[in-house]
Amino acid sequence: MSEIKKKIRSILPGGDWNPLYDTSYLPPESSDVVIVGGGVLGLSVAYWLKKLEKPRGAIRVLVVERDHTYSRASTVLSVGGIRQQFSVPENVQLSIFSIDFLRNINEYLAVADDPPLDIQFNPSGYLLLASEKGAAIMENNVKVQRQEGAKVCLMSPEQLRNKFPWINTEGVALASYGMEHEGWFDPWCLLQGLRRKVQSMGVLFCRGEVTRFVSSSNLMKTASGEEVNLKRIHEVHVKIDQSLEYQPVECAIVINAAGAWSGQVAELAGIGKGPPGTLQGTKLPVELRKRYVYLWHCPQGPGLETPFVIDPSGTYFRREGLGHNYLGGCSPTEEEEPDPGNLEVDHDFFQDRVWPPLAQRVPAFETLKVRSAWAGYYDYNTFDQNGVVGPHPLVINMYFATGFSGHGLQQAPAVGRAVAEMVLEGHFQTINLSSFLFSRFYSGEKVQEHNII
Amino acid sequence: MQPIRGRDRLSALRVGLASSWEWDLQRKGVREGLEKPGFEGLRTLQAQRLLSHPPQSLHLVAPVWNGGTRGISGLSRVVAPKGNQKKGRSLLQFLADRFYDVEALRDHLLRKRVSKVHQKNRPFNHINQRYGPYVAGAYFILKQGGAVRFQGREWSRPNQRGHFSLDFLKLQAVPVEAVDASGCAINYQGLDSLLALKELQSLWLQRCPHVDDWCLSRLHPLASSLQELSLAGCPRVSERGLACLHHLWNLRRLDISDLPAVSSPGLTRILVEEMLPSCEVLGADWAQDLKLGPEEQPRDTAGPTPA
Repeated sequence: MSEIKKKIRSILPGGDWNPLYDTSYLPPESSDVVIVGGGVLGLSVAYWLKKLEKPRGAIRVLVVERDHTYSRASTVLSVGGIRQQFSVPENVQLSIFSIDFLRNINEYLAVADDPPLDIQFNPSGYLLLASEKGAAIMENNVKVQRQEGAKVCLMSPEQLRNKFPWINTEGVALASYGMEHEGWFDPWCLLQGLRRKVQSMGVLFCRGEVTRFVSSSNLMKTASGEEVNLKRIHEVHVKIDQSLEYQPVECAIVINAAGAWSGQVAELAGIGKGPPGTLQGTKLPVELRKRYVYLWHCPQGPGLETPFVIDPSGTYFRREGLGHNYLGGCSPTEEEEPDPGNLEVDHDFFQDRVWPPLAQRVPAFETLKVRSAWAGYYDYNTFDQNGVVGPHPLVINMYFATGFSGHGLQQAPAVGRAVAEMVLEGHFQTINLSSFLFSRFYSGEKVQEHNII
Repeated sequence: MQPIRGRDRLSALRVGLASSWEWDLQRKGVREGLEKPGFEGLRTLQAQRLLSHPPQSLHLVAPVWNGGTRGISGLSRVVAPKGNQKKGRSLLQFLADRFYDVEALRDHLLRKRVSKVHQKNRPFNHINQRYGPYVAGAYFILKQGGAVRFQGREWSRPNQRGHFSLDFLKLQAVPVEAVDASGCAINYQGLDSLLALKELQSLWLQRCPHVDDWCLSRLHPLASSLQELSLAGCPRVSERGLACLHHLWNLRRLDISDLPAVSSPGLTRILVEEMLPSCEVLGADWAQDLKLGPEEQPRDTAGPTPA
């Protein structure tokens, strides 16, 4: 009897009965905006596009994500820190807006009938230590940060010892401590909150991989008579997971938020195919870089007040939970970059490169025991380790929101808004990210950040 | 009131009419049903949306009332998870699922509640400019329903009706020593007025419903003067916010009892006591956690354990 009921219910409207074949897994045949990559940056762009569009329901957005479990996504493998202590003013502004977003996350991402989000924010702050060489740079940076409105205080080694007696201040000339709006949170919760809200706003999701862009060229002349070949992407071929089937999606705008794989997606669009040294030949310099994170236990370690400490050597650690567990790691130098082919963890790296500076900085860490470790990818911008935002000068309807090299999560809400403004209005309205455009790779203007970990 | 309401209900009764779906779907920003011609195209896309959702109650298309049979309208209302649906769902929620107008009303009521809290926490800039920060802070607290004690004077409280005398307006140079904001709707914005009270010695924030970890991270400007802080019964304060109380080096008494959002109260109390050595911490009994079960001991391995 229930079989008959089920059959009738599936035939009536609302059921998913399809006499011919089930195409529910395919994306729609056309979409106004296609966002390649469903991580925190892609979802943030989708959210802001839907939030800032006028009138409501005007834009159809499709998010294409090939791994719905996010097993290799940088977002969920991240340590989850957020800070305003950057040297580039735009980075500070992005972080300030993002922390405001996180504080009011239940106003931004509220979905009726669903429970409020708890991102488990730890407002413990970041403590950056500087040696003699870096002390002057740190002072300058703090001046820039304070101008933008960050609450950072400078501490001498004496004050550092008073406040955090477990630190060994040998070799530290200056420290900058973020008093408010800095700390760490749960990136998975932000991702799920964005996903839930974005789906309730009507954004479509597709589980597939972008394999091809079909574009048209337009040979035009600039004012100085130079010939430029402008391309426009017309179709995105989305290949369905574990199948040879693909669906061509007609689109008006493509947003490249593929994180560590953005370079490959850009190559598909023909970015970088040209003689080197020209604008056509400038590739998107974002590549995969593997980074390790280790979780260790140290019962005599620093207590509840431990901030996110960054050593001058590049090693960092933070408290995790209440049980004297700590998360930390170190960015390897260019020579010792691990092979990003897989996400296997190298424990020798901890023994050789992470533990010695840690034990030197915090003597209690000489007796730690590593409990677990994992590896994740950075969408590493080899040019200047800062994000790429905005349209490509030649492929005129591809917008980038990638390349943040380890601080993408903490800037995602603000970057999403900036890209949405660029798409909808044509220029940045709230935060001016014109120094993060793609054209800097051709003109050579680096936006170097002195505080990258 | 939407001019298309009547048409919605009537046309929804007719199965398979593309126009009704058009209004329905367009109203909620879902338009792909129009692309594929006919009824079948609509269903494939609806099915696609169902499958692409996580199994939570994603309220994409509000079911349109159609006289009782849920078949037509229960489109994107996927299986309701147990966590969200309480047994005695209020009438308002029931109606909001079925009527756009009731849903708009519910959202409006929610927004009004939020804006009421914001309004209560607005800064009194004109009082601040005219009478100074101490008087402005005192006015703010008294308006919220709390009590204030100026240096060398008695507690000033509002009466039953919420009225209070404005005698303190002449105390422009007298610092405020103690603030009792128990039960007040003070939030992150409202702390602006409190943080201007530089000589505040005692702050009671018991049972404040909007005080959370973010608010605690803002208390560091009061570090040089604050000696007593009470957070008992605040539903949103967790151990993560308590971790940033270490800025308050002058603190002598801290009350962190009865905090429902703290995961292990006994352990938190021990850690806070270690963090603030010269402070007396009133909190949960540390033996309370031991009764729940032995804590997991770390495995004694001879090196880093593999991931």
